[in-house]
Amino acid sequence: MRPPSLPKAPSPPAIEVAGLCKRFGEVAAVEDVTFEVARGATVALLGGNGAGKTTTLSMLLGLLLPSAGQVRVLGEDMIRHRYRVLVRMNFSTPYVDLPHRLTVAENLNVYARLYGLAAPRRRIARIADELDLADFLGRRTGALSAGQKTRVALAKALLNEPDLLLLDEPTASLDPDTADWVRGYLENYRDRTGATILLASHNMGEVERLCSFVLMMRDGGIVDRGAPDALIARYGRETLEEVFLHLARSGDEVDARRAPA
Amino acid sequence: MTPLSASAGRLWAMLLRHLYLLRGSWPRLLELAYWPTVQMILWGFISRFFTDNAALAESWVGVVAGGLIGAVLLWDVLFRSHLGVSMGFLEEMWSRNLGQLFASPLRPYEWVAALLSISLVRTVIGILPAALLAIPLHRYSVFEMGLPLISFFFNLVVMGWAIGLAVSALILRHGLGAESLAWVAVFALTPLSGIYYPLSVLPDWVQPIALALPSAHVFEGMRAVLIDGVFRLDHLAWAVGLNLLYLAIGAGIFLYAIHVARIRGQLLQIGE
Repeated sequence: MRPPSLPKAPSPPAIEVAGLCKRFGEVAAVEDVTFEVARGATVALLGGNGAGKTTTLSMLLGLLLPSAGQVRVLGEDMIRHRYRVLVRMNFSTPYVDLPHRLTVAENLNVYARLYGLAAPRRRIARIADELDLADFLGRRTGALSAGQKTRVALAKALLNEPDLLLLDEPTASLDPDTADWVRGYLENYRDRTGATILLASHNMGEVERLCSFVLMMRDGGIVDRGAPDALIARYGRETLEEVFLHLARSGDEVDARRAPA
Repeated sequence: MTPLSASAGRLWAMLLRHLYLLRGSWPRLLELAYWPTVQMILWGFISRFFTDNAALAESWVGVVAGGLIGAVLLWDVLFRSHLGVSMGFLEEMWSRNLGQLFASPLRPYEWVAALLSISLVRTVIGILPAALLAIPLHRYSVFEMGLPLISFFFNLVVMGWAIGLAVSALILRHGLGAESLAWVAVFALTPLSGIYYPLSVLPDWVQPIALALPSAHVFEGMRAVLIDGVFRLDHLAWAVGLNLLYLAIGAGIFLYAIHVARIRGQLLQIGE
């Protein structure tokens, strides 16, 4: 007779951030940020330029060391043990490039091997097919249009089929039709794999479509958080964009009730 | 996949990245071999001027001149090795690729190993054509030095690695404004290395400083082989010992610079 199996321990959240701070000299780029992202959720970091979104994403990736606070990703401490989880996560941002002089196929092959994929060529062929990149696999990355580069960056971010995907403005530079297609692809990827997605975006329509939860950032801190519908209702607005504008422009009054974790 | 094979896979990925770059650009390949070949041709004719002159050929000048091509080629080994590391590093900065690399499972020490490996590949591509061309052109074969040549070659390669890592760390710390260091840093060591003259020419107080350079021991050793037909094991031992020390220091400085870059947020910001 088989012994009764132990109940499974609940998985830790995909992302756990507590008291996260990043200071550059006197400037506080991120100040006392605390949040969690459940596994399988799609969450948005919203905020204007300089709000601290990219800095927060960089600390989640381990590219930037926090001045204070804790970051746990997929159950691991990112400050001490980032290499245990980097193979299970990936990211895309317009702030870094892939080498321009390498072809798309060469770049994807290099990154497929960096992520230790067992069959890089097969995976590259599949992702190129899915993201409609097959026609320019042999072209130099630097010769692509901005929209094509964004799709290549997304292909690189999905090569290892990550459990956690960090996306910084994932549809920047894409025409509306392609952007819509990419959003659909990301939805499908999340539903198929159960992956967690944290995205920073300025596109409110994108956030409303993809995300079940929003973290609103301003001046390095989280000023409010909630489901898109709940935020819209809370501020008595029609759209998330109106909420964004309200929060971006009403500094002090929002600071007075800065959202608790 | 074992951790070791995973690590080897990542190192191979970084090597591939640079091999793709070389394969896709014949001007880059040409640039690697161009200067060593021009140097070899130039110094070969100077050497022939001394050795073809009967009066000079009988003198010590003629003996030393006979080794000029060897000295030039070996100096270029050091220069190319240093440049190989620095260029490999700069390629990532120019292409704003550091953020992608450091968000991947690539460990910093694996990147260092990849930079050293690609430096060795670039050095061989640069020097080998010049060394082979010298045989029909000047009737001079650097390979006649035999086994000592291998020790000279690898000691200069390792010294180039150490300098390349230290210079790359400076560029990472100070940005692309410090890029010119990658080209000129190694020339500061030229007068002390005794490439074309014995160290005894240097002032007494300078000689101990020169002997702290592995390159000085290599070139003294080269002259011992060419002039006296003796392989000086003492110079070899000093060169190896100093190189191990300097390589450890260079790698340490480079890894520390990466750590500081993660504190200062430079991995996402640096680019053309």
